[in-house]
Amino acid sequence: MTDLHTELKASIIEQLNLEDMEVSDIENDEPLFGDGLGLDSIDALELIVLLEKDYGIKLTDPKKGREIFESINKMADFIEANRTK
Amino acid sequence: MAVIWRWFLKKKDKMANLSIDHWVRIKDGKIIADGEVIFASEADIASFLKAAFKFLNIKYPKFHKMDRLSKLGFIASETVMKEEAEISEDTALVFSNNSSSLASDQNYQESIKNFPSPSLFVYTLPNIVLGEISIRFGLKSENVFFIEDEFNAKLLIDYSAQLIESAKANKVLCAWLNLHNVEYDVFLWLSSESHKKEITEEQIRKIYDADYD
Repeated sequence: MTDLHTELKASIIEQLNLEDMEVSDIENDEPLFGDGLGLDSIDALELIVLLEKDYGIKLTDPKKGREIFESINKMADFIEANRTK
Repeated sequence: MAVIWRWFLKKKDKMANLSIDHWVRIKDGKIIADGEVIFASEADIASFLKAAFKFLNIKYPKFHKMDRLSKLGFIASETVMKEEAEISEDTALVFSNNSSSLASDQNYQESIKNFPSPSLFVYTLPNIVLGEISIRFGLKSENVFFIEDEFNAKLLIDYSAQLIESAKANKVLCAWLNLHNVEYDVFLWLSSESHKKEITEEQIRKIYDADYD
């Protein structure tokens, strides 16, 4: 697990107010939406905000979110390839 | 005025008699179900809610996203509903408290200073917990959330009886679900029509006021 993976998990816990979860509770390949972490469309908005605020990535096509936010691994890969800060 | 009063008395005579099927009390780090302490923890509220959810031994990822008021309502309703062999989608929800959704309102207000948080915003109404409970148990029923100065057993009993009498519900989940800062005070019970023994305001009050060691 890279520092980015850990950082992302901590940011998601903070941003989505998952106060009773810890970094170790989230698996890298676990689905973030649906049966996995149980996130929904409101949380997708939070993740879009998180990408822009922390990594300078502006997601112009919300449809892309479905793929990018599939898991921590997918998010980390996307951030590594597109981050501006 | 006299006409309205006569109508009310006539209506009241016709009101359904209710019994309590099951009840739960959550306060001071304890969960009491039907008079028995089933879970206790001296942890702070965040850890208490997490441990209580673990104690229920269910997989429901959405729980972790809920605000504390919804978590309390979820744990209370789960404790009572697991005693039911079958849950009717016509089970109504009649809840009340005196702090509304103040804790979540304050959290959201804090978030506005930076990026307003959509996930906090959705919990800035007390009746969101009713939606969470309805989703959990597949309820398609009447629901209402009253803001009262203090626990008002009569209001909850009368409203529930009226719902059952008018065939809007066959059972009613009633609750006083209050969260103020880190102090929580929960009393939830499942009511249904009884042709034998009627629950009274005094009995409800007695359960609410009792000390459970």
